[in-house]
Amino acid sequence: MENPRHWRIRKQRYALVGEVCPHCEVKIFPPRDVCPNCGGEAKTQFAFSGKGTVFSFTVMNDAPAGYEKNLPYAVALVKLEEGPIVTAQLTDLGDQPVEIGMPVEMVTRRIRDDGDEKGIIVYGYKFRPAFASQH
Amino acid sequence: MSDVVIAGVGQIPVGEHWDVSLRSQAVRAVLAAIKDAGGLKPQAMYIGNLLAPTVSHQSNLGALLPDWSNLTGIEGITVEAAGASGGGAFRLGYLAVASGFVDTAVVVGVEKITDVVGPELERAIAESTDYDYELAQGLTLTAQAGLVMQLYLHQYKPPREAFAAFPMLAHENAVGNPFAMYRKPISQKAYDSAPMVSEPVNLMDMAPYADGAAAVVLTRRDLVPDSVSHPLVKVSGSSVASDTLALHDRSDPLAFDAARLSVEGACRQAGILPQDVDFFELTDAFSIYAVLSLEAAGFAPRGEGWKLGLDGTLRRDGKLPILTMGGFKARGNPLGAAGVYQIVEAALQLRGEAGSNQIPNARRALVQNLGGPASTAVAHVLERVNG
Repeated sequence: MENPRHWRIRKQRYALVGEVCPHCEVKIFPPRDVCPNCGGEAKTQFAFSGKGTVFSFTVMNDAPAGYEKNLPYAVALVKLEEGPIVTAQLTDLGDQPVEIGMPVEMVTRRIRDDGDEKGIIVYGYKFRPAFASQH
Repeated sequence: MSDVVIAGVGQIPVGEHWDVSLRSQAVRAVLAAIKDAGGLKPQAMYIGNLLAPTVSHQSNLGALLPDWSNLTGIEGITVEAAGASGGGAFRLGYLAVASGFVDTAVVVGVEKITDVVGPELERAIAESTDYDYELAQGLTLTAQAGLVMQLYLHQYKPPREAFAAFPMLAHENAVGNPFAMYRKPISQKAYDSAPMVSEPVNLMDMAPYADGAAAVVLTRRDLVPDSVSHPLVKVSGSSVASDTLALHDRSDPLAFDAARLSVEGACRQAGILPQDVDFFELTDAFSIYAVLSLEAAGFAPRGEGWKLGLDGTLRRDGKLPILTMGGFKARGNPLGAAGVYQIVEAALQLRGEAGSNQIPNARRALVQNLGGPASTAVAHVLERVNG
């Protein structure tokens, strides 16, 4: 991934920073210029708790270039406690089967690397089973 | 306004054309369509394509393809709307001719996937998801379908094996289509034992990506040369709708709202209801999308679209035939060209030229082309012109 692009969205990717709409108070992730709920201008930053539940999931056996090393991997739609849904890989699953409704929490992990070509290792959010935080 | 009609169609077989270039594929389809239209010379070319800039490192097909078709000088524009690029290009051709600004337009869908292989191709195709927030997490189009199907299975509890009906029907119908990629039937057993690609989507639930090119010539009815002896097909409804690009931005990912809106728009313009059509060419890029398209168009209640696959309704002799020439699953899925293949196949049915796949007395078709999980939906109503 190109450096300027990665730099531009680092807050979202490292800290799950989105927005709260100043007009209707809906929480927004990822941040947008326009609130998808009320259509008002949205600029106020809001850091999400990183807690949520699995809304749907899949286990992938074919990957796009840059992600092959993780195969097979689980990707989920995670419904955040504050409302929005995000797409994210699941991690630290161990032998635990994934289920819809399972509580998960955000962690920062390596999500891809561009190999020798550009040498960038991209870190970002993934989600793990919520009980794992007890260890 | 004079009717906008399809005066000619052309296609090349869908498959892996290692020895044929992007431009040659397109030119062959264009020339075939112009010939079928009695040699009508187009003033505009609208091109449906998704991957040329990434996979073939070639942009500005709007100049390249008229040039190599010996049509240098005409208007040429590429339409990109992921898997709905072909349908989108057809829409543009329709608007151009219907507006009166263009007398005759050729619409060509072309896709060249075999210029790269493996993960590089997966990534190029996945760039039609939200790059920053979906592909960045390693998501592909197939994984999106996996997320949707998992949710469907959880919410409505259909028998998992019921989804086999869609690829089985597609393969059965492809047997009679000389332009299809896989002309062999498949069994329930083959479906049940297919390897998992993106759970719960297995290899038989997804259409294979392939090379292909298809073209149609659109013109006003009064401009069709006398030498054209085949029946004409008119465009009586045309509509495009969009939904969120990212699946996660939808409160109800099983609704396929854009699919519903495009059908409503096209049928309203044609003055019909969806049930007034003789067949429905839908997008079975994934079997779950076929099910959701049937529900979105109102042919089944939410959560019950899969049942239509079990009672014969969707077969060529049923009440609502779909995928009549093999659909995406067995004809093959040439992404940005697929929407034009659908139009060509529907036109052949309406002209009575579908060979052993002919639907008796087919007079009106609904054709729907989806990009992604119905992030873009293009719908057209086509009708055989009387006399």
